[in-house]
Amino acid sequence: MTDLADLTIAQARAGLRDGSFTSIDLLDAAQRRAAVSEPHLHAYLTIDREGAREAAVAADRSIADGDTRPLVGIPIALKDNMVTKGVETTAGSQILAGWTPPYDGTAVRRLREAGAVIVGKTNLDEFAMGSSTENSAYGPTRNPWNTDTVPGGSSGGSAAVVAVGSALGAFGSDTGGSIRQPASLTGTVGAKPTYGLVSRYGLIAFASSLDQIGPIAQTVPDAATLLEAVAGWDPLDATSFHGDVPAISRSLDAGVGGLRIGVVRELVGSGIEPDVLGATQATIDRLADAGADVVELSVPAIEYALSAYYLIAPAECSSNLARFDGVRYGLRVDGATTEEMMAKTRADGFGPEVIRRILLGTYALSAGYYDAFYGQSQRVRTLLRRDFAAAYDQVDVLVSPTSPSTAFEIGSKTADPYTMYLSDICTIATNLAGDPAISVPVGLGNDRLPIGFQIMAPALGEEVMFRVAAEVERGAAFVERAQLATSEVVTP
Amino acid sequence: MTEWEAVIGLETHVELQTNSKMFCGCPVDFGDDPNTSVCPVCLALPGALPVPNEDAIEGILSIGDALNCTLTEHSLFYRKNYFYPDLPKNYQISQYTFPLCVDGRLEVDVDGEATTVGITRVHMEEDTGKSTHVGEGGRIHGADHTLLDFNRAGVPLVEVVTEPDIRSPEQARAYGMELQRIVRALGVSDARLEEGSMRFDANISVRPAGTEVLGTRTEVKNVNSLRSMQRAIAFEIERQIEVLESSGSIHQETRHWDEAAGVTRPGRTKEESEDYRYFQDPDLLPLQIDEAWRDRVVERRPELPAAKRARYRALGADQRTAELLVDAGDLAALYEGAVERGANARTVGIWLTGEVVRYLRSAGTDVGDTGLTAESLAELASMTDAGELSATAAKDVLAAVLAGEGAPRAVAEDRDLLQISDRSAIETEVAAVLDQHPEALERIRDGDTKPIGFLVGQVMRATGGKADPRMVQELIRGEANG
Repeated sequence: MTDLADLTIAQARAGLRDGSFTSIDLLDAAQRRAAVSEPHLHAYLTIDREGAREAAVAADRSIADGDTRPLVGIPIALKDNMVTKGVETTAGSQILAGWTPPYDGTAVRRLREAGAVIVGKTNLDEFAMGSSTENSAYGPTRNPWNTDTVPGGSSGGSAAVVAVGSALGAFGSDTGGSIRQPASLTGTVGAKPTYGLVSRYGLIAFASSLDQIGPIAQTVPDAATLLEAVAGWDPLDATSFHGDVPAISRSLDAGVGGLRIGVVRELVGSGIEPDVLGATQATIDRLADAGADVVELSVPAIEYALSAYYLIAPAECSSNLARFDGVRYGLRVDGATTEEMMAKTRADGFGPEVIRRILLGTYALSAGYYDAFYGQSQRVRTLLRRDFAAAYDQVDVLVSPTSPSTAFEIGSKTADPYTMYLSDICTIATNLAGDPAISVPVGLGNDRLPIGFQIMAPALGEEVMFRVAAEVERGAAFVERAQLATSEVVTP
Repeated sequence: MTEWEAVIGLETHVELQTNSKMFCGCPVDFGDDPNTSVCPVCLALPGALPVPNEDAIEGILSIGDALNCTLTEHSLFYRKNYFYPDLPKNYQISQYTFPLCVDGRLEVDVDGEATTVGITRVHMEEDTGKSTHVGEGGRIHGADHTLLDFNRAGVPLVEVVTEPDIRSPEQARAYGMELQRIVRALGVSDARLEEGSMRFDANISVRPAGTEVLGTRTEVKNVNSLRSMQRAIAFEIERQIEVLESSGSIHQETRHWDEAAGVTRPGRTKEESEDYRYFQDPDLLPLQIDEAWRDRVVERRPELPAAKRARYRALGADQRTAELLVDAGDLAALYEGAVERGANARTVGIWLTGEVVRYLRSAGTDVGDTGLTAESLAELASMTDAGELSATAAKDVLAAVLAGEGAPRAVAEDRDLLQISDRSAIETEVAAVLDQHPEALERIRDGDTKPIGFLVGQVMRATGGKADPRMVQELIRGEANG
């Protein structure tokens, strides 16, 4: 008999509808999977057994009444920077240890309203700052394909739980690649939507102009289903897109015949590992075989994207994280004066990477430096948008590897932040442009670890992006599962 | 001796009385218990985001419009970053480049002389919460603990910044009063200094008269009334002159006005000026104020105090009466209502700013709580103008009307207070009295005016006090000269 934890959302939905199993069955399967994998992975920060059970019972009742909505009764995990009413939310930081929010973020509320069963909160790099989930104040998450390696980050927990099946789908947040890179490293599908498509209300801010909530799933159609449940205008987020949501899943089966696909020259050269390049080229060849018109083209400003990102994101974070001061919530370390209390709280409550970025950002915004750093970065951003627009005049989507390498060993990049920053080299530019992008697993590297393929599209181009992604998925026929994707007790 | 000239610029903060706060739906209400008018947004909980309040923006635009500013098409929100416990986000959403309104001016009357104060900008901010420092004299340093109330956090705040055009404490006060009137006329704020819904900071420097270079300025804060602003500025000007004349120098600093001692004192000195690291708020899109919106603001502009005063003056009110009426909105409404009903504007103005104001002050009540209406006021005015009531009788009638005892004519008739103003009836009485006192008439004819009063008194007695004394006197003089 199939282990329910191995089902896709689409399969689970079909089974719930025809009564083959219940939402409680799905939840039990996911929790069994968590019981086996968690000791090795540490992908969850909180498992909400009680809340999940209540939601599953309610979903089963609703299904019995004929509810066929796509996410009703489906076990979903949320990155722990998504604010959940009544469930501890820490953003992976000591400074929020024990904080139980009095409200739900908009995406969370929409998921609850859609009948999803929220199973728990997943680990992340503190405040989503990192590319390996090693920066969590609560310890790293490990990659279920090889527990000596990282799952990527910052949404490493969400990627890992989907990879092992302790949730059928998950949400992460992507500021510079934080959904796509871990999806790539764990053999899952991860999408960063167009900036503004998903409300940021209730997403603990890292860099406001870059952050987007997005789905991580086993398949492209599942990712589309998850995204559809949360997309759309929100009056509580002034930057949310006030218009028609793209038809995300309409063209999943349309194939790529007649589509123009551009290979980004800057992202298939030096710095990318040969096996990643090989899998990328094989995928591009399959797309051409499927009828796409493939060209190689240049997006020159990508060269400056990493530098611009590491000024803009820290600058915004230096201001966004100012609210963590020990006054109203979270950690408070006493001091002789209010100022001292605030300073001590922040010094003790934030981890080294967060402090590094706050310092960097504070400096970049300081009088006399603003124009050279922050101002210049904003100009790069304008250039990037222009270059992307020019590229999308010629092609429907752009493609590249998602990550320059497969999963790297735990600890191998922590000593040198810059090396770590380079793991986002392929993903960062789309955040600066505000465009959507998705990572789809296309094969295994020499190290038997997954390789992801990235499809980028112009703003609100989710329909064509998912259309190409679905074709990539069919072509790759990637069926391998992570070593820990099992309900048998294992000693990896 | 050098003659000194003061250079003063004012920054005014006005709290807008909108239904909700600047960036969230919490009500703007200070009467509530501490921390009851709060939500995730104004408490800056993790993940919460601001959404601009369009009513507040419109309120700011209306102030800019009233101050003859250019309303900008594109406006930006900025973050002003600084740490303070009553500032929940530890940054304040404010404006920096591209404020909502720029380049305005306000005409200000100082002792009957018209002056113009340039307005640099009118921009939007949000208020902070309130700190109450407990112990050690209520100061943050050394306080035992601090209580925080965030009900005020996020209340829309307008900042109006003038050019350094003000030259005297009197002009500063006149500017403050006129700005207060405008804000009240617009209905966007009650603008009470005592309650902090209007706050002034004054930037003050002095320089030798006739020179152009600006002296080093100090910023004076903590003035709780227009009067104390005037006093504080006057003190600070004198202080600076004294320092400079004894070869000292002025430090750029913030000074606090000590109302009780009547002096300004330096605040805590900072080693260097604070770097607020302004940058455009990425949570908020640029504001587009389209033409239709700007037109709507201009269309909705009510009659402003200056225009109203000019209109009242044209009706015959003097400057002081016009000011008094315009400043007391409910009296102005009565004034206009009575004039509309055909009463003489001058008479109505005199009654309102004289007897009515005196009555209201002594009774400690508002005119709305009295029996006085535009109708009754018009009736009273026309009765006095027609000589139907003596001045004394009119006061009694007004008092009765105010007390709600009825309309003026009814009260006067009831109390038998109507004057005889029928000329022929009075002529008869005058003739009778003169007949009885021919010697008095003779003395008057000889140039002695004293008996006039005696004769008037006799006529008044004969008529039971109801004759119009002016008419009586006129008739007696006529007889004497005739």
